[in-house]
Amino acid sequence: MKKIALNAAGLLVALFAAFPVYWMVATSLKPNREIFSATPRPVPAKPTLEHYREILTGNLIPGVTFTDFFLNSALVAVATVLLSGLVALLAATAVARFRFRLRTTFLILLLVVQMIPLEALVIPLFLMIQRLGLYNTLPSLILTYLGFSLPFAVWMLRGFVAAVPKELEEAAAIDGASRAQTFRRILFPLVAPGLVATSIFSFITAWNELIFALTFVNDQHKYTLPVAMTFFFGRDDTAWGSVMAASTLFTLPVIVFFLLVQRRMVSGLVAGAVKG
Amino acid sequence: MSTLTQATGEAAAREIPARRRRRVDHLPYLLLLPCLAVIAVLLLWPLGQVVMMSFYKLNSVRQLRGDREWPWVGLANYAQILGDPFFRTVLRNTVLFAVANVVLTMILGTLVGLLLNRLGRKMATFVASCVMLAWATPALTGTIVWKWIFDDTSGLVTWLFNALPDGFSTALFGRSDWTGYGWFNDPLLFFAILTLVVVWHSFPFIAVSVLAGLKSVPSELQEAARVDGAGPWRVFWSVTFPVLRPVFGILVVLSTIWDFKVFTQQFVLAGGTQDRPTFMLSIYSYAEAFSPPPKYGLGSAIAVILTLILLAVTALYVRMVLRQEDES
Repeated sequence: MKKIALNAAGLLVALFAAFPVYWMVATSLKPNREIFSATPRPVPAKPTLEHYREILTGNLIPGVTFTDFFLNSALVAVATVLLSGLVALLAATAVARFRFRLRTTFLILLLVVQMIPLEALVIPLFLMIQRLGLYNTLPSLILTYLGFSLPFAVWMLRGFVAAVPKELEEAAAIDGASRAQTFRRILFPLVAPGLVATSIFSFITAWNELIFALTFVNDQHKYTLPVAMTFFFGRDDTAWGSVMAASTLFTLPVIVFFLLVQRRMVSGLVAGAVKG
Repeated sequence: MSTLTQATGEAAAREIPARRRRRVDHLPYLLLLPCLAVIAVLLLWPLGQVVMMSFYKLNSVRQLRGDREWPWVGLANYAQILGDPFFRTVLRNTVLFAVANVVLTMILGTLVGLLLNRLGRKMATFVASCVMLAWATPALTGTIVWKWIFDDTSGLVTWLFNALPDGFSTALFGRSDWTGYGWFNDPLLFFAILTLVVVWHSFPFIAVSVLAGLKSVPSELQEAARVDGAGPWRVFWSVTFPVLRPVFGILVVLSTIWDFKVFTQQFVLAGGTQDRPTFMLSIYSYAEAFSPPPKYGLGSAIAVILTLILLAVTALYVRMVLRQEDES
């Protein structure tokens, strides 16, 4: 009896959590007649890919296609990941491998800057972007997202670096490997999985971001996908089939990546106590 | 040969650490340099800039580009905001929304965490996977779907209310035909839906964190309490909660920080920055600064106020994390 109640509660939670995602996909697969019918169908009766075809072949905003925006977003996200991964790896190695005077200060700094409300930085960063002549360019976003993703990336990565036994590097050093060699041949391969996990986090940060992309880029051809979607959505908010198809295409990579790293996210955020 | 390498190896092992330690001194700082530069230029410098900008009257992009003068106005921007009755509405919205969302997220998240801990293996995996979906969904698309669910013609909720028996619906809400009903027009209803969206997005993190915490509590403790006749309520408050207290502390602070600056969900749900009655601090700051006519100075002042509020909460967070780090 108790078991049944627990399972029922579990199903209820699962329904609440997963339903909107299911509904997004289901709607994107329904023909318009089913979407706008008086009684909604829980499952598409005649599934169709017409909305996807529409999104992928037509223009999301006049003159620009979904693929263009997708590529803009991908470019920004990948550049952010590469830069942030490199810088974070260096910093994480410093923190996890060396004892130095300002180490604790640096760790506190990392924690504190993660708490800066990024929303409060739109205006001053807009100023900086204007001054640097980067307004209306994708690098303005890469730069911004680098700043946003870095503190957490270092915080997360230091745990991975610390987890690599120091003895391996010491052994390599004894065998005459130079510091650079040790880093490249020993530490890097062992930290690589952690680097991937961290990169995915940075990717999601850059991929999902809306406010800064909305503010720093005014040229429709350079919109990232989230900005394009708000415009597309705002202009024609009754074309639910296409909106849901676009949403699905935008969400899918995030969900896949997210599921790969979510374990690390929890430990990174809560157990600030990862040793290092 | 092998003895030779071994011998020189041992000699090197004795020597290298001493020599390295002296030479290494600069290395960690060098490795940190790029990271520090990024943090300084892209986070700390702008943070200083926003404070500075809040003391100026900045009403055009040309001023930002440096083509025009920056007139210093001292605290006038702050005086204007704090003297505006609308600011009190915004502050009230922000605080009430944050409190309601933190409380609801914590309660739902904790309950789901406890539930996941009690379910059988297969069921727990299934429910956890579904919960992950809500967490993984980007704020943007998650909100768009909820907006579709609350669509005034073909939305699921509109259909659901239409499906209620007419008499019942009229007696309860004063209307039986819900087609065309603007779910987002009434500020209170808007906030209720925004709360639903934000809680839906944020309870998974709490649930998973609580579950992780529970796994570290020896289940014998709870069993012992149960054997001694404690009910589930008692077991939670006397056994589970004390063990999880540090985790709870951090979760509450993190949620507070997140819920104080909700932006994307509100922006999408309200369809931009026009819906002033539902403004909260972050969107208020953005709208003042960027909706024409631009008022960057005023927007900055609001951003500073938001930052100060969050700073207080952050101080709490850092203290907690550091204490945890000491303990482990």
